[in-house]
Amino acid sequence: MASMDIRAGGTANAVSPAALQRTGSQTILAVLTGLAAVASFAIIFLMLFFLLAYAYPAIRFNGIDFFTNSIWNIGNQYGSGTITRNGFTAQPGASFGALVFIFGTLITGALAMLVAVPLSLMVALSLVYTVPKSIRPIANALVELMAGVPSVVYGVWGLVVLVPWIGTKLAPWVTGHFGFIPFLGGAAGSGNGLAASVFILALMVIPIMVATTRDVILAQSNSLFEASMAVGSTSWQAMTRVVLPSVRNGIAASVLLAFGRALGETMAVLMVCGAAINTYPQNIFSPINTIASVIVSQLESALTDASGMAQRSLAELACALFLITLIINVIARAVMRGADRREGRAA
Amino acid sequence: MAIARTGMSPKTWASRTWWAVSSACLVAVVGILFSIFAFVLARGLPAFKWSLFTTVTTGTAGGLLNAIVGTFSLVAIGLVFVTFVGLGTAIWTVEFAPPWAKRLIRFMVDVLAGVPSIVVGYFLYVALVEEAGWGFSLLAGALALAIFMLPYVVRAADVALSNVPRTLREGAVALGARPAMVVFSIDFPWALPGILTGLLVAVGIGLGETAPLIYTAGWSNYMPTLAPTHSPVGYLTYVIWTYISQPFSESHRLAYAAAALLMIFIFATNLLARSFVEYKTNRSR
Repeated sequence: MASMDIRAGGTANAVSPAALQRTGSQTILAVLTGLAAVASFAIIFLMLFFLLAYAYPAIRFNGIDFFTNSIWNIGNQYGSGTITRNGFTAQPGASFGALVFIFGTLITGALAMLVAVPLSLMVALSLVYTVPKSIRPIANALVELMAGVPSVVYGVWGLVVLVPWIGTKLAPWVTGHFGFIPFLGGAAGSGNGLAASVFILALMVIPIMVATTRDVILAQSNSLFEASMAVGSTSWQAMTRVVLPSVRNGIAASVLLAFGRALGETMAVLMVCGAAINTYPQNIFSPINTIASVIVSQLESALTDASGMAQRSLAELACALFLITLIINVIARAVMRGADRREGRAA
Repeated sequence: MAIARTGMSPKTWASRTWWAVSSACLVAVVGILFSIFAFVLARGLPAFKWSLFTTVTTGTAGGLLNAIVGTFSLVAIGLVFVTFVGLGTAIWTVEFAPPWAKRLIRFMVDVLAGVPSIVVGYFLYVALVEEAGWGFSLLAGALALAIFMLPYVVRAADVALSNVPRTLREGAVALGARPAMVVFSIDFPWALPGILTGLLVAVGIGLGETAPLIYTAGWSNYMPTLAPTHSPVGYLTYVIWTYISQPFSESHRLAYAAAALLMIFIFATNLLARSFVEYKTNRSR
């Protein structure tokens, strides 16, 4: 349902009553609603400000190591002496390198999109063209209900059904038969890991992408499809070589938005990723970790850090995740505006 | 061309095959997602018993009363915030904002919609739980949900208010209606189904959230008190997340029951939201 609202707004009323009359009640309403608008505007800045201010000691302490170092260690609570860098101290042995988590976030997100994008396109095409008109509303309602399932429910299914299946069936079979292919050989593992995370993430973003892709295809007028059919294309060629390319920006934007969603997904990934720390995956079944899931799984141990540096480094991780998703979302919106202009919709 | 005359051309065969593949993808995806629902309901529904709704959780067993009440209190308080801030933002954007402010607000709302839920949770943990000293609390959790629900409400209300027919508004102004009156007696009644849909979608989102609540609402085995701060609150998604990894079958039953209950709540909310959408489309036809 949220998907329908992506191109918000549109028709601004040319004659606004506000422009015609300024009275007391008018001013009160304008001020009150203006305050609300400022509040929702301020949230983003407060969020950035608080996280950056709180993370500042960690940013100074970690320096560039944060992005190049792969070891996350809150240090020894009972060790002697403390480490001081740039005037900020942490427990002895402490090292806050986020590279493993940044890598994990990007690789799970990217692989999930690799699985989800072709599948979503296929499903959206099928919804638009092959599903009979009579059951289309039901199919659409189903897609939207699926988009509303909480991530923790996907996590439960992943933990109880998917992970054991990967651990006992899929991983041994794949590593046994296709072990000669890079990243498919080696330890089969327990099932928790990259493959499970990618599978769950793909399942979670497919309903969102199907809904948006379906909407942009339906928004494109039928005449392109019909013209293409009239000059001798088959329906599949008309759809994939004429209609789809004509809405490619809209589709690209929906892919980017889904990618942003996948990068920030927390609970389902947390439950199936295997919570790897300080190691990179050896194959597609190895445990991994993402920024979002490490923030949840590491906070409790971070709270034992008397210097507070571990908590502040988690805030730095949150800032990094915020910035990554922010950049992707801004690009997505820009692509979408371009698409709206080019494809002739009201921007 | 002999093929074309006697049967289907290879081109047509290719087209049919591809459509079959795409239909197969649809069936596969719907099948897998359906099996997830079926799995959760099959494990959760048998665990429903009366004591689930009358007793609180005790350690790793017990009922879900505290979590059910907690989830609804968090969402209800979050909804109050989000109704005022969200509708206020939408009204200002549509009625009062200069064009550049309209674009800016819509852009910021889109950005907010893309912020990962754990970032919202950690922000409020730092700002309210730690710095403001509220501790794990009802208010911190409700605010976390409100921030997360806000974009859905603003967008829905923005679209609904923008689509109020211009002639209606101009007619009202021509008859001498004050601007505030136009907002409350023309815009609002007209946009109500759209606004309600947005609020219900937001409720559905809020019911299912976990990450923003873990470090704001905390967790409690006891019934939520009315204390806004310094008193942690239990909620259903926490039960699902933690009890499923306990080694006891009684905890698993609770987790499945909580998951089934939550899915039923969310589906009911979404169906209700859809019914408003349908009401709106029927009316405007």
